[in-house]
Amino acid sequence: MSGFSRSEMMIVAAARQLEGARVCFVGVGLPNIVCNLARRTVAPGLDLVYESGVFGAAPARLPLSIGDPTLVTGSTAVTSMFELFAYYLQAGLVDVGFLGAAQIDRYGNINTTVIGDYAEPKVRLPGSGGACEIAINAREVFVIVRQARRSFVERLDFRTSPGRSGDPEHDRRRGWFGNGPSVVVTDLGIYGFDEATGEMTLRSLHPGATLEDVREATGWEMKVAPDVAETPPPTAEELRIIREELDPEGVYTR
Amino acid sequence: MREAVAELVRDGDTVAIEGFTHLICFAAGHEIIRQRKRDLTLCRLTPDVIYDQMVGAGVARKLVFSWLGNPGVGSLHAVRRRVERADPEPLEIEEYSHFGMVCRYLAGAANLPFFPLRSYYETDLPKVNPLIRPMRSPYSEETVYVVPPLRPDVAIVHVQRATSQGDAQIWGLLGCQKEAAFAAERVIVVCEELVEERVVRDDPNRTAIPGLIVDAVVVEPFGCHPSYAQGYYDRDNRFYLEWEGISRDPEALERWLREWVYDLSSHRDYVEKLGPERVEALRPAERWSGRVNYGDYGGTRAGAFPAEGGGA
Repeated sequence: MSGFSRSEMMIVAAARQLEGARVCFVGVGLPNIVCNLARRTVAPGLDLVYESGVFGAAPARLPLSIGDPTLVTGSTAVTSMFELFAYYLQAGLVDVGFLGAAQIDRYGNINTTVIGDYAEPKVRLPGSGGACEIAINAREVFVIVRQARRSFVERLDFRTSPGRSGDPEHDRRRGWFGNGPSVVVTDLGIYGFDEATGEMTLRSLHPGATLEDVREATGWEMKVAPDVAETPPPTAEELRIIREELDPEGVYTR
Repeated sequence: MREAVAELVRDGDTVAIEGFTHLICFAAGHEIIRQRKRDLTLCRLTPDVIYDQMVGAGVARKLVFSWLGNPGVGSLHAVRRRVERADPEPLEIEEYSHFGMVCRYLAGAANLPFFPLRSYYETDLPKVNPLIRPMRSPYSEETVYVVPPLRPDVAIVHVQRATSQGDAQIWGLLGCQKEAAFAAERVIVVCEELVEERVVRDDPNRTAIPGLIVDAVVVEPFGCHPSYAQGYYDRDNRFYLEWEGISRDPEALERWLREWVYDLSSHRDYVEKLGPERVEALRPAERWSGRVNYGDYGGTRAGAFPAEGGGA
């Protein structure tokens, strides 16, 4: 169990960020496995909220989508989508919203809509889904994304979900529950945001990753905290849960 | 299904086949393809594989949506070809977020001119969709965004069970089935099981849609495959994975449509073609809900009409 993939490190590091969280809104794809890992490790009391209308899911298998029937069976509540978005998310009951991204900029703004021009896109991506309102209404937003120059960009092609503006004073006045992402976890490291500038800042490097890797995989000059930590590697138990229980076919971890 | 679609779905209509991952009525989508309907505006939060098939088959002119993908798998390539390269022709799109779409149905169902929500601030969606508009609250300094009502000509909703009158009950993910049905001009209810009125009246909290607003009831067991019906069958993820390859190649897509839609006369043929083994493999073990006591008030004093002269 000593070896682990970069994706496994990313998933484990992201799951650990949920320690102490009570209510987490789970997005499509990677966030799904992360939140389910957190529930089996650092946050056993975590209530998983799915935009499909489930509060307090207790999935018996890794849900293959956010509308999987295993999310319903044994959950605390199944609601209409309106109730879920209005009473749970918009009213401020969600501690953490966990989002993915196709592109993210230095202020944590996210694009999941198009690559290229909206009217004539090079690549048409899925779009917002619930991401836009999650970014605005969750008390905190965590992002998980594979880091590369094409995903960590100087300029987004489209702003699907708002992050920070670059003017912290403006951000404080916005009056949303959310205030842009507070944590970004990639396959290279863990990032926070500088209080004074609102800019993304490297806080921790995963084992084996270097500052050079980070610079090569970032489309702007990444700020680096003076005391960059090294992320503790996945434990045997974390790897076992991922490999045996959550993703035995390696869909997310390859 | 043939008569319901022939009569109630018309060329040029705005059609909503709702269901969030759950209860997506593929049987109705296939019938619409088979009858070669044209110029439809298709509405759904998540267009999913069913709208990829319908768009690939050429029934649609426009898509109204909030998340465009093959959930848990990848892309909808027939839709993407038309959006990215107008291949073989352009597809008009009108895009929202999930909550925006939900609020559109809600406004339609509740007969309101718009619905407000806290979303879209400092994003690009309102720039590309001018129907998403900011509005100052009449009671405070706050700004919210509003979306217009969505009133489909036809909503097609799949449910677990319904009476012949169309009183329909759903459990599991509720999606926007109810909102879409109440918002629509015409409603087709498709059910796994037809039940006696007594079954509905025994558990009225579970009724999502009353027969009052239903124009046609179709009994179509396994009608959601490869989507699922909670308690009846699981999602056929194998099909969703296979669709990635089929949808990527226009010729493979055409072959699939021929084999699984055009060359079959009904959804019953489709289920037969799937074969009993595949169908059985998708049946979950049973897990029944508990029961609640609604109470029988026919014999109690409060329930009885007051006697002549009244008073105790």
